[in-house]
Amino acid sequence: MTVSPLDSLDLISPEATRLASKPTSLTKIAIRRLFRRRSAIVGLILLGVLSATAIFAPWVAPYHPDQVLIGIEDVERRAPPCIHLLGCPGDRPQHLMGIDGNVRDEFSRVVYGSRFSLVIGFASVGFAIVIGTFFGALAGYLGGWVDNVIMRVMDVLLAFPALLLAIAIVAVLGPGLINALLAIGIVTIPAYARVMRASVLSVKETNFVAASQALGANMMRILFRSVLPNAMTPLIVLGTLEIASAILSAAALSFLGLGAQPPTPEWGSMLSTERNQVFTSPHLVFFPGLAITLTVLGFNLLGDGLRDAFDPRLAVKGETVRV
Amino acid sequence: MISFVIRRVLSSIPVLIGILLVTFALARLSPGDPCTALLGEHASPSVCRDFIARYGLDQPILTQLGIFLGDVARFDFGDSIRYQRPVSLMLVERLPMTIELSLSALTLAVLVGIPAGIIAAMKHNTATDVTTMVAANIGVSMPVFWLGLMLAYVFGLLLRDTPLWLPPSGRISAGLTAVPFYEMYGLGVGPSSPLYNVFEFFSNLYIFNSIITGNLPVLWDVIKHLALPSMALSTIPMAIIARMTRSSLLEVLGREYIRAARAKGVRRAKVVFKHAFRNALLPVVTIIGLSLGSLLGGAVLTETIFGLAGVGRALFEAITSRDYPIIQAFTLVVALGYVIVNLIVDISYTYLDPRVRLE
Repeated sequence: MTVSPLDSLDLISPEATRLASKPTSLTKIAIRRLFRRRSAIVGLILLGVLSATAIFAPWVAPYHPDQVLIGIEDVERRAPPCIHLLGCPGDRPQHLMGIDGNVRDEFSRVVYGSRFSLVIGFASVGFAIVIGTFFGALAGYLGGWVDNVIMRVMDVLLAFPALLLAIAIVAVLGPGLINALLAIGIVTIPAYARVMRASVLSVKETNFVAASQALGANMMRILFRSVLPNAMTPLIVLGTLEIASAILSAAALSFLGLGAQPPTPEWGSMLSTERNQVFTSPHLVFFPGLAITLTVLGFNLLGDGLRDAFDPRLAVKGETVRV
Repeated sequence: MISFVIRRVLSSIPVLIGILLVTFALARLSPGDPCTALLGEHASPSVCRDFIARYGLDQPILTQLGIFLGDVARFDFGDSIRYQRPVSLMLVERLPMTIELSLSALTLAVLVGIPAGIIAAMKHNTATDVTTMVAANIGVSMPVFWLGLMLAYVFGLLLRDTPLWLPPSGRISAGLTAVPFYEMYGLGVGPSSPLYNVFEFFSNLYIFNSIITGNLPVLWDVIKHLALPSMALSTIPMAIIARMTRSSLLEVLGREYIRAARAKGVRRAKVVFKHAFRNALLPVVTIIGLSLGSLLGGAVLTETIFGLAGVGRALFEAITSRDYPIIQAFTLVVALGYVIVNLIVDISYTYLDPRVRLE
């Protein structure tokens, strides 16, 4: 019997054999690993519920968010929640989160608020990614003084506490939801520019970029066809985490009266309107804040999961390293 | 070591100049003129003309910039347009409040965050670990203003008449006065003295002042008033510090030299605290420095909720009412504080990691 020395040595791990026998794309591996993490699943569930609520808001919410219930139902201003299952008398109208200061159904307003928070998150991050990626790619690809100027401007932006800078920008542009979005977007541009620049710097030196150059491709084509797709992963991960902080910042701006204005059912603005009633009607502060927390938690958990799933350092033993 | 510090200080100068320019530009880019913003819609044109001339707002923009830079160099920030008082005086009154708040929040964050991270890493993949990280994830996801309001509700109202009651607003109870230490010890510093602002600044650090003057009832009262705002403000940095400590420590604990130390028979606790912790501390220190930015942003919100007259609140009010002198001075102080803290963080690297000194 001939025994190959390699057979007895077990040099190749079972994981490696499995991967070698079944060719899988890196993205597929990453997605599989994402779904193996409990925290990421929790994040996905939270975001799924949030998206469903936002899409089906008119069916989920029992009332229109701006509908004043005076003369329609016998309810008091700022009445606490009345839930039939929890012992609220059946002859009184059910309001899961109570009634707000303008005699509107708080639950319906919180439900509609999910639309705003999703739009805020995606719009401001989308804006920041587009601008930040552009400048980061330019800085990384061209180098020299262009790189220096762009990155020093980014340094200055980073030297300000983000929320204060956002407040200042909104003060210049004027209060309002759109301007708050722009301000949050501008404040987060440096993060994307830095990540993109770093990615471009590493991809720039690869052979396939050199090949494109040799074939005579122009700079824009190289940037968009060769460099950008290879630098997307860190951007997606950062973007998911940044959506969480964008939602928090937008809520803070609205809370300070600089973002969404009443009667918009935006969570931060709802909280701000009722904050002086926290001792008498805590439910009007509690529920919008809880909604913000769960949304932000969802994006944070998903972002963490994506980061770990895409992290090449955790490629083999990754599943057991972090929770 | 000294050359490293000097180089580091010099490299922050361009950022500081940038901060000065941005501060100046932001204040002046605002649409609408400061006259109607401050004196109201009905201010007559002649009143406005006087007003604008008095604050030099009719000068060419470059002249205004020159005047601004000259004033900054002399630490003369002029008078607040809204309050008609020297900005430096307002800084002396308000900065100590924010310093006390930020420092106590940061202390709380470090004192809870680092041990939590260590415990989570040592009990890796156990229920303790999972619970800590779930708590940390919720901690970074809570809006500061919401947490502050809920804490005020729970500790200020629900726990009223229990020993756990904490005051939900203000800095010191009505009826208590903190006698400034320089008056108590008769240092003879009057409002005309050049040292007055410095002494006033330190006496407005209530905790410091009450310790120096030995006034324990005031000290206890001030600490109780600081408790809720600090708790609210500390959650986000606390959660970030705990997560960073855990992941950094886990990474270090996986290294060869740790296994070698364990193999030669060093006790686990000693390995963690003596061999691993110091090496794991580097990213944690970086995060602590960076979280100061979120502390200052959070200070705007915490000071609003808890009715504290600090820098954050003053800056917010000045930005929305276009009070240029306050915006410029306070932003500068905040950004300066940020730069200084990051400087301290960088210098602490040289202590934590000797390799940094050689670069």
